[in-house]
Amino acid sequence: MIVRLMGEGQYELDKMHLDEINKIDNNIVNIVNKGDEKTFKSEFKKLTDNVRRHGKKLPDDILKPSDLIIPPADLTFEEAKMIFKGEGLIEG
Amino acid sequence: MGLIDRTSTIIKAKINKILGKFEDPRETLDYSYEKQIELLRNVKRGVAEVTTAKKRLELQKVKLEQNFKKLDDQAREAVKAGREDLARVALERKSNTQAEIASLEQQIADIAKEQEKLMVTEKRLSAKIESFRSTKETIKAQYSAAEAQVKVTESVSGISEEMSDVGLAVQRAQDKTESMKARASALDELVEAGTLEDVTGGTKDDIDRELAKIKSKGEVDAQLDALKKELGK
Repeated sequence: MIVRLMGEGQYELDKMHLDEINKIDNNIVNIVNKGDEKTFKSEFKKLTDNVRRHGKKLPDDILKPSDLIIPPADLTFEEAKMIFKGEGLIEG
Repeated sequence: MGLIDRTSTIIKAKINKILGKFEDPRETLDYSYEKQIELLRNVKRGVAEVTTAKKRLELQKVKLEQNFKKLDDQAREAVKAGREDLARVALERKSNTQAEIASLEQQIADIAKEQEKLMVTEKRLSAKIESFRSTKETIKAQYSAAEAQVKVTESVSGISEEMSDVGLAVQRAQDKTESMKARASALDELVEAGTLEDVTGGTKDDIDRELAKIKSKGEVDAQLDALKKELGK
């Protein structure tokens, strides 16, 4: 599957890592709900590190839609809250 | 829904909006290409803005470093003149200036990172646009509208996703640059208001004036003594 790390590019990632990614993503939902900024930073870093470590970067000139899109690695806690509030980061 | 699902959903919705805009998929290609060129211009402008903001911070740092040295000289002169009070003021300002310099250094490092990121973004987007352009030409030359649909969907989806990504990167870089510009302006005001004194070294500040007064008083005293001696008084 193809995973996009926003601000960095796309990675080809084996589906076997999907469970781990979903687990971290679910943790992040709870962490943001609790308002725990510090844990958010380390948990979100786990997510981006995971993709970088196991994924293979796609060349720049490849034009393919991604299966998963992950927000930029330097996402702030405030921005994460915005994503959950439904306001999002990206203008429609 | 997690962070990933929400982000993906928003971007996919944007892509579907573009894909549903025209009857003829080949029109979608032209429309998307136009938008890409526009976005690339935006990125280039973003790079230029960040570069200007960085230069401004670097200039301020140079000015503050000059001020730092000047305050050090003033403190020495004040001590020589036996004016501990004046030396104390100069040293306090020197320490404030040092803190400002350290903070500026951090900001310059941050903005340099931002500049680097945007430049990489520009390169990536250029490569994708070039790839899109050749795909677009091939599709338009070889396929009817009906046949083009599948190919258009993939390439337009791929590039639109990239465009959302780049759009966000530019927007975030601009927000950061704005906040740095605001901070640089505040520092300018601080410099002008004399809180940190005139770091350009153009006009004399209060410490300079006080030191000049001491010096001229010393000279007057010496000349007076010389006159007295000469006149035998």
